[in-house]
Amino acid sequence: MTVRNTATATIDRRAFVKDLLAKCPDALVVTGLGSPTYDVFAAGDRDKNFYLWGAMGGASLVGLGLALAQPEKSVIVVTGDGEQLMGIGGIATMNAQKPKNLTVVVLDNGHFGETGMQHSHTSLGTSLAAVARACGIESAYEVHDANDLAKVVDGVHKRNGINFAQVFIKADDLPRALPSRDGVHIKNRFRETLGFTPL
Amino acid sequence: MSEEQPKSAWQEDIFNVLKLGNIRQVAYVPDAGHAHVIRRVHAEPSMRGIVLTSEQEGVAIAAGAWLGGERAALLMQSSGVGNCINMMSLLHSCRFPFLTLVTMRGEYAEFNPWQVPMSKATQGSMELMGITVLRAERADEVADIVSAALDAAFEGGEQVAVLLSQSLIGRKKWLRN
Repeated sequence: MTVRNTATATIDRRAFVKDLLAKCPDALVVTGLGSPTYDVFAAGDRDKNFYLWGAMGGASLVGLGLALAQPEKSVIVVTGDGEQLMGIGGIATMNAQKPKNLTVVVLDNGHFGETGMQHSHTSLGTSLAAVARACGIESAYEVHDANDLAKVVDGVHKRNGINFAQVFIKADDLPRALPSRDGVHIKNRFRETLGFTPL
Repeated sequence: MSEEQPKSAWQEDIFNVLKLGNIRQVAYVPDAGHAHVIRRVHAEPSMRGIVLTSEQEGVAIAAGAWLGGERAALLMQSSGVGNCINMMSLLHSCRFPFLTLVTMRGEYAEFNPWQVPMSKATQGSMELMGITVLRAERADEVADIVSAALDAAFEGGEQVAVLLSQSLIGRKKWLRN
């Protein structure tokens, strides 16, 4: 088994996400369960964040439904390699719709971080950026250097097609930062910022 | 093998209920019984047809649509229900309105035994996940039942499935002369 050396990654996930969201203050954000949810919350709680604590494989597709419903707003999905791998078919589904306003940021440490750091497929030869390109997403690319954040941010603001970034992060075990686990509350709070009332 | 069935009035009824019910996003894994609705959705500018690689994607898309203020529906056949089970946790954890229309296989003049196990588990597995399951057996009741399900979902905030009996869709012609 050939295993990618993830120890060479240099990007700090918390700093990267914090800088991304600071530069995209108006974006609607959906997070994939586990560490990406913690990273987004650690960057500062926002009403425009929708935190997933489950529904593994669904983050990008929640983002897709949202992006199609809100075409004038930028939508950012922040998820992990394991979560996106479980929803790998969804990359083809996103491409078939070609929303202009959807960014997917896959924070890739090559491991299932929540369950004991087992190697994921992105450590074992699969490139999610290449998968996304093969699914037809033209702007699908790898990010190895935190200075390339500008490219991701540019794609968020341009809104000219799906913006898919596979971001190679350090496989750190960081302190947890836990947002509300009350899905009804988070849903209603999110919808309220868009002017929708609860039932 | 999956040639399209001839258009039936109940299939047009479903399209009309969805359109009048302001369903904007229609996610689907195709089935011959849904083929007419799918074709009508793709031809309707106010609606968007979303083809899926697996049915569970449609559960997540429906949640996202509601977050963004739109109504969605998921069309699938009974075999697809099994693919959705864990994703349906999302519906209850966040109390998302949800509407799915399920064409049944494996229950009426079924030729393919591989359709039968999931068919037998379709209603029970969704009910175990907290979804209200309605069933339409006759063509003349389809519109009412789908309309009631749509209101229960988007006015009452429920998660509702309508099973469309295989007898509605009719026998599938397997052998060509």
